[in-house]
Amino acid sequence: MKPNDSKSLLNRLCSTVSELPRSGIRDFFDVVSQMDDVISLGVGEPDFTTPWHVREGAIYSLEQGQTGYTSNLGMPKLRKSISSYVEKFFGVSYHPDKEVLVTVGVSEALDLAIRALCNPGDEVIYHEPCYVSYRPLIQLAYAVPVILETDASDGFRVTAEKLRPLITDKTKVLMLNFPNNPTGGGLTAQDVKEIAALAVEKDLIVITDEIYAELTYDREHVSIATMPGMKERTIFMHGFSKALAMTGWRIGYACAPHELIEAMMKIHQYTMLCAPVMSQQAAYEALKNPEEDIARMKESYWRRRNFLHSSFTDMGLKCGLPEGAFYMFPEIRELNITAKDFALGLLESQKVAAVPGTAFGACGEGHLRCCYATSMDELEIAVQKIKVYIDTLR
Amino acid sequence: MNHLLALLKQNARISLEDAARQLQMTTDEVAAEMQAMEESGLIRAYQAVVNEDKLDNNTVTAVIEVKVQPEREGGFDRIASRLARYPEVTSMYLMSGQYDLMLFVEGNDLRTVASFVSEKLSSISGVTGTATHFRLKTYKHHGVLMDFTNETERLQVSP
Repeated sequence: MKPNDSKSLLNRLCSTVSELPRSGIRDFFDVVSQMDDVISLGVGEPDFTTPWHVREGAIYSLEQGQTGYTSNLGMPKLRKSISSYVEKFFGVSYHPDKEVLVTVGVSEALDLAIRALCNPGDEVIYHEPCYVSYRPLIQLAYAVPVILETDASDGFRVTAEKLRPLITDKTKVLMLNFPNNPTGGGLTAQDVKEIAALAVEKDLIVITDEIYAELTYDREHVSIATMPGMKERTIFMHGFSKALAMTGWRIGYACAPHELIEAMMKIHQYTMLCAPVMSQQAAYEALKNPEEDIARMKESYWRRRNFLHSSFTDMGLKCGLPEGAFYMFPEIRELNITAKDFALGLLESQKVAAVPGTAFGACGEGHLRCCYATSMDELEIAVQKIKVYIDTLR
Repeated sequence: MNHLLALLKQNARISLEDAARQLQMTTDEVAAEMQAMEESGLIRAYQAVVNEDKLDNNTVTAVIEVKVQPEREGGFDRIASRLARYPEVTSMYLMSGQYDLMLFVEGNDLRTVASFVSEKLSSISGVTGTATHFRLKTYKHHGVLMDFTNETERLQVSP
């Protein structure tokens, strides 16, 4: 075999990896990056920079020379802050020394949890449309992904009723992400209660990615970890990226019973050792007084959500009012065009980027993910251009 | 703070229609609420935030600390209202600490400000002392950064 023969290199890849599809987001990014002056509703992150006191705290820690490894679990003072914050905001209490693991974003925590839990062939139920990494992470752990499809008719909710028929004797894990990327959907307290009861009945472990929790607009966020019998079977995941505008710091955490955290920590210590120390310092600073920062940004997302929703509705684009996160997931089905063609057409004719719903699962067909975490000026222009484009399709 | 006021404090020029869309209100409701806030005196004015350093003139701004002898009747308020009426005074506050009133004074040149202090301010009975500081450069005004550009590169599409 010739070592510089690219075909032979492809042959040598692990088949699980070569069979993984590239993210639909990545494909779309490649097209957008070839163009200038694009107005983008295609991002998955806040348009705010990290609050200044957080950046300043990180700079100070660097000045002080805090550049070494930390404990595998994360700095003790940060774990304490996380534990208090989770107790205060979510109403679940985790022991900072035994039940909290600081990770490189929720992305890493998801990977750790699935690998720590799944044997080859175990079934993992997750809902689509969903964040792009869920299915690949399950596959990389040689587990079997089982899709629960959600749809616009009920605000993209997961209900116990939809969940029950998917559970088999091989089902080990249920993954939840509410408020949801890409739909902006949320769960009612009743939904959460019923899902929890079913998880207890069927003895499932629940991985709950609640990264958008603080950005819930019209009601109180309810974590499934608070439900009776759930704390002992839940891996709760949260981080700093969305509500505190810290995506690039790559810092998040998992809270769970000690046995699960220990298992996840084993993988974490051999692959990551610890989350970057300056990001941990920044996270510690961010949790000193997060309410004000979060409220300021949330107010601004709330206004933009209202603006975009009312603008879409006025132009006849079917779109539920999203309950959380900063995404709108309007329906374009009745224009007789696929999500991908719509997105490409919109980009080429109007230079507005939005992500086709299919990037988040096949049942995202007929939808477009529009992120409203961009300036009001840009949103206004984007709305006008989308209207022009839609009129050409009608 | 109510949603509309928070929005107007950021952008007073927003159209009624945009404000209505952003706040889940009708344009009539926005107009009525604005009018009510104006009439009650909650909203006093709508102004542009200007980077004075970019103006091609010699305008001088001074911050003046003023010590006054409070009056038996009226405390600081009467003397404050006399000072505040001078058009040169652009802002004025009663302060805790080493002095009593802080005045922001603007003049076309140094001499105007100097004569305001020596001829008008110090001659008012009750004023017992002043300290004048001149502004050299504005970094931030009314919550708006003046000269720092914030060019960060954000990916145009991300998950």
